[in-house]
Amino acid sequence: MSGKKILLDHGSGGLASQQLISDLFLKYLDNRTLRSLEDSAILDNKPGRLAFTTDSYVVDPIFFPGGDIGKLAVHGTINDLAMRGAVPYCLSLGLILEEGFAMDDLERIIISISEACREAGVPVVTGDTKVVPKGKGDKIFINTSGIGFVSEYVDISSKNAKEGDAVIVSGTIGDHGITIMTRRAGIAVQGDLHSDTMPLHTLVQKLLRELPGDVHTLRDPTRGGVATTLNEIAESSGLSIELSDEALPIRPQVRAACELLGLEPLYLANEGKCLAIVSGDQAQKALAVMQATAEGREAAIIGKLTAGKAGRVVINTPIGGARVVTPLHGLPLPRIC
Amino acid sequence: MCLAIPMRVTSVQGDPDDFTTNQIATVDADGIGRQIRLDIVDHWPAVGDYVIIHAGFAIHSLVEEEALKNIALLRELAENTPEELLS
Amino acid sequence: MKYLDEYRDSSLAKPLVEELRRAVTKPLRVMEVCGSHTMAIFRNGIRSILPDGMELVSGPGCPVCVTSASHMDAFIGMADRPGVRVAIFGDLFRVPGSQGSLSEASSRGAKVEIVYSPMDALDLAINNPGELVVFLGVGFETTTPGIAATILAAKNSNIKNFVVFSTQKTMPAPMEALLSDPALQIDGLLCPGHVSSIIGAGAWEPLAKKYHLACVVGGFETADLLKSLILLARQIGTGDIKVENVYPRAVAWEGNQRAAKMVAEIFEPADMDWRGLGRIPLSGLKIRDKYAAFDAEVRLNITLPEAKEPKGCLCGNILKGMNTPRECPLFNSRCTPSNPIGPCMVSSEGTCAAYHKYGQDE
Repeated sequence: MSGKKILLDHGSGGLASQQLISDLFLKYLDNRTLRSLEDSAILDNKPGRLAFTTDSYVVDPIFFPGGDIGKLAVHGTINDLAMRGAVPYCLSLGLILEEGFAMDDLERIIISISEACREAGVPVVTGDTKVVPKGKGDKIFINTSGIGFVSEYVDISSKNAKEGDAVIVSGTIGDHGITIMTRRAGIAVQGDLHSDTMPLHTLVQKLLRELPGDVHTLRDPTRGGVATTLNEIAESSGLSIELSDEALPIRPQVRAACELLGLEPLYLANEGKCLAIVSGDQAQKALAVMQATAEGREAAIIGKLTAGKAGRVVINTPIGGARVVTPLHGLPLPRIC
Repeated sequence: MCLAIPMRVTSVQGDPDDFTTNQIATVDADGIGRQIRLDIVDHWPAVGDYVIIHAGFAIHSLVEEEALKNIALLRELAENTPEELLS
Repeated sequence: MKYLDEYRDSSLAKPLVEELRRAVTKPLRVMEVCGSHTMAIFRNGIRSILPDGMELVSGPGCPVCVTSASHMDAFIGMADRPGVRVAIFGDLFRVPGSQGSLSEASSRGAKVEIVYSPMDALDLAINNPGELVVFLGVGFETTTPGIAATILAAKNSNIKNFVVFSTQKTMPAPMEALLSDPALQIDGLLCPGHVSSIIGAGAWEPLAKKYHLACVVGGFETADLLKSLILLARQIGTGDIKVENVYPRAVAWEGNQRAAKMVAEIFEPADMDWRGLGRIPLSGLKIRDKYAAFDAEVRLNITLPEAKEPKGCLCGNILKGMNTPRECPLFNSRCTPSNPIGPCMVSSEGTCAAYHKYGQDE
């Protein structure tokens, strides 16, 4: 515990900034490109088309069971690339730090980022740090942009979902959302709740290799949960989606916490899961491929695309009834009624 | 108006007749636990009992007998429904 | 989850679906008193398979829906005061007053904290001695005893910076007000399960007798709901009208006396404003003088602002079961879940929200 804090000087570009870079960032994120510390990273071209994405991370709390804001930032951007079938190549890392932020916490996050990058095989090649006065930020905000390359033969998009396609989710739902929600004072519960944050690019590549042409859409159901993402897919493809309540994979702890607080797993964020829309006749094969991976062990077929009112998602209940699943309109909130 | 769920009592504290003591229980369901209050529960529970919880307060101590009665009530119809209607 | 999953099991519930079809022998109109019942019935898909002849209307048992606009405005006014932190159930966060919601107040810097339990609000007060923590009290008999216990705990621990703004309401009173209106024609009541845990199944007997209403006290799981509807249909079909308790695992005939005692210690009956229903005598609860130190209205010298109901909003009639959401000119056009005009749309169990969310294919 050093007790050292981030100062405005650390964002000024002067010696304090240089020191932060060499003592902290390069210590953990070191690679040839980053080390050169140029204004831009010059990269080699790869075959295929360029994929480019950006995301910002402002999660509170910044440390939570299963991860932290840094890990989330790396995985989130890798996954955005993977969802278009791109092989992630590299990341940028932009930090906005609040004056007074603990240096130890920053170090912990940078270590976490470096581990996530190393495990995923995707380096940070360029970065930036700014510091804002105390009260003008919330400890740390992170932006990661990512570049990847996608083969000429791969065309994955929400628009491509077809009637008869199966909806597969790569694992249990609601894990991340409920973990973050229950970290707040006044809503705390004890138990094994942890974020599911993880990179999915390896799983996706396996799926694309085994089922070329049959994977029509990939989406990661982050904010708004599976319900909101499926509504977007239904809307983009002009089709309806029919789900089965009984098929949804949910951890018992997640379900119990949701029951207690009046929340629904379908609407809670996931950070290590993807929805795959695949040709109906390849559904079982796709499921087997996913279940054979570490990331997709608990994958399940949860529904299908049907003709019908465009943009509509319904879920069939165990007694043979049905209800409409609308997208989330704001943040999910615990309730007593 | 009322989200309330049954959870199992894992510890009990306080004196039911003395509201200056903290009347608290810890409860559990499927590995999720929380501290809740016993100030308004009808019957003081023992460890292992189930209580129905609303907004952090136990509103009722569930008695096994009542639960069995409830299931029987719901089942009596199920059992009396002729086979041909069950498809 | 034990004592929950068994009642959702489809092997128990499916036969009841067929039985419900057989039980409806003449047309009937049942009021779901409780908003949670409205929502559960939609959520389980029971709405989509309801037999012809059985009509369900939603009643006033949605605490957020019946919170008057002037109370909402007072809540928001409180949140905007410096040095004050308001603590609320999540249900209240997006409810609109006549000018905005607590969510909007939060966006302009008001301290609005969402809690799961009123005791969490008391903890907030203990951990933030420099602030006045105001717990915004809404709810019916299920919720009130916990709020009462929290006030008692605050007194016993000598906490000086915790107050409650009570808009607590009681159930049988508005039902009397609704049922005495001949325009409301219902044959039976699906009585709220958890309110009945506190007040007892027997509390519905006077209404049942006076208005010749079939009354069934039901739980919230699939089998509970189906069974409740079956019994209501049977009572109305045969004319054998009474109060039946089909939730014995949570509800006793005489209710929870200990909870009732706690409420009587802290609160006394008072007239209360109900959104859409107006002022109903002795339908609410006010904190007794003995506990005035914990009464937000006394400590902060609050006068309730006069608030206007939004034009065209039919929430009042919807709460009375006189209109369905589709009959409201604002439903799904100007009034949607992302832009709610009235409380019936904001509350997750509000009739309009439930219709919008679950009933779109009707």
